Amino acid sequence: MEFEKIRQLLSERFVDAVLGEDLEASPNALLIDRKKIAEMCNFLYSSKETYFDQLSCLTGIDNGPEENTMEVVYNLYSIPRAHHLMLKVTLDRKKPIIDSVQHIWRTANWHEREAFDLLGIQFKNHPDLRRILLPKDWEGYPLRKDYEEQEKYHGMNVKYDRDQYPDDIPQFKNQDADSI
Amino acid sequence: MQIQYKYHPDNLAISEPVIKDPKSLKTGEMIINIGPQHPSTHGVLRLEVVTDGEVVKEVIPHLGYLHRCFEKHAESVPFNQVIPYVDRMDYAAAMNNEHCYAMGIEKMLGIEDKIPKRVEYIRVLVAELNRIASHFIALGTYGMDIGAVTPFLWTMRDREHIIRLFEWISGARLLYNYIWIGGLFYDLPVGFEKRCKEFINYVRPKILDLENLLIENKIFIDRTAKVGTLPLDLAINYGVTGPILRASGLAYDLRRVDDYSVYPELDFEIPVGKGEMGEVGDCWDRAWVRVKECYESLRIVDQCLDQLNGPHKRTRDFNPQALVPKKIRPKAQDLYVRSEHPKGELGYFFRTDGRADTAIRCKARSCSFSNLSVLPEISKGYMLGDLIAIVGSLDFVMGEVDR
Repeated sequence: MEFEKIRQLLSERFVDAVLGEDLEASPNALLIDRKKIAEMCNFLYSSKETYFDQLSCLTGIDNGPEENTMEVVYNLYSIPRAHHLMLKVTLDRKKPIIDSVQHIWRTANWHEREAFDLLGIQFKNHPDLRRILLPKDWEGYPLRKDYEEQEKYHGMNVKYDRDQYPDDIPQFKNQDADSI
Repeated sequence: MQIQYKYHPDNLAISEPVIKDPKSLKTGEMIINIGPQHPSTHGVLRLEVVTDGEVVKEVIPHLGYLHRCFEKHAESVPFNQVIPYVDRMDYAAAMNNEHCYAMGIEKMLGIEDKIPKRVEYIRVLVAELNRIASHFIALGTYGMDIGAVTPFLWTMRDREHIIRLFEWISGARLLYNYIWIGGLFYDLPVGFEKRCKEFINYVRPKILDLENLLIENKIFIDRTAKVGTLPLDLAINYGVTGPILRASGLAYDLRRVDDYSVYPELDFEIPVGKGEMGEVGDCWDRAWVRVKECYESLRIVDQCLDQLNGPHKRTRDFNPQALVPKKIRPKAQDLYVRSEHPKGELGYFFRTDGRADTAIRCKARSCSFSNLSVLPEISKGYMLGDLIAIVGSLDFVMGEVDR
């Protein structure tokens, strides 16, 4: 099914839920309202025409404190219909809460836990939302743009202080791409 | 100055607590902790297993012991410098990782159609050789998990030939940094095609030996047939891909579905599990599909060598780095790229802002991560020994699960 047809189908069925589209993205993306995402995913999964039976990837993105938003990106694929779709949802950075889709695709269970672990996005109705890669007592969310690592972890220094290790390797500077 | 880990008996309970409450156990049930240091968990995976006698009731995987912050690194170094990190994700199949990553960046830069055919054929050649090496590890260690030591020695011996070939190509045994964005590090060394042809003729009967020794072995069949059956709908719902999905009965191979690189010009079959020894999608089917894929990869390597000796022959002025961009600065976009890795669908999600030569976000959708997530579902009700057989048949590499 073509992207244009999917967009029409969704905007007819869910009024005001499709906020826009991104044709630069590959595969082409739809911008979705935060409150409608679980309902819409359920429709995309169960509808005969779309039948997105595979959630390839779920990504959480932090846009930084200036934009003050976070995003969750869903990459869907339909094995029998052989079409792609990308869904993008924008969240408030202060209260990043979104509905879980793990009851539709079980892939989302661990991917949502990862997004929670590294970015601190809360997934409503997730049965087991706890850290997956980092230990439970780790502080902060490392993939946020303003992340500062903690000072100590179980007695170990976490921050790498170059003054403490003067004989260590010299600091590499990223060359400005233009000067190369 | 405190740099040493300060031991405290409660540290484990604080950082990776046991999820199951011991008070909630019924009579006869117990919690068994397997790993993180246990040879049959293929790396540093910790399994919290609730058993009733010897029957597995529940499995809770604890990950993260090999987390090396790949995604954070990928946000802070330029695109071309990420390739060595990409190698370290699935260290058993580094060439396939590089191939997918390079394809993604080339797609963002819009140069994916300009790559010379010779470069593409060399990429597919090394990727398929690495697929064989990865499957050899999978099969050898799988045999060892359930008590057969000889196949492990045989596969390691044959894999060594592939690794020597790669060492000759790139200078490294495991982590190659060979496929670059827009090209290759070097052309193939002079005489490589001949040696590679010799290797194919050497290894084909060895795979047959392996099949006779391991796959058709009565003990192996008894241990793996009708164990850990994964139904197709469950597999798709959990995002399971690769040989495991094909063993469940679906001929889904991204090399054919997406037709990327030069795969449309190559002739190969997609082996699908038929349940010859038990049910479709059991552990035996998964091992069988891997062996059959080794043959198909050999066929692809053979065809690539014919192309590299014939129409796309080495020329004196051929420079595999000719298209490598000096400045990698894709325009602002989101892109999801995927390819068929030995273990399944390997995907990268990129977001770029068009101003920096680093990604704003780079997420790796690793196949082992999704493949492992199905473990709690398919291991219920089997014996503890069967759990080891199921874990081995899933063939995950923890470097890729934890990234």
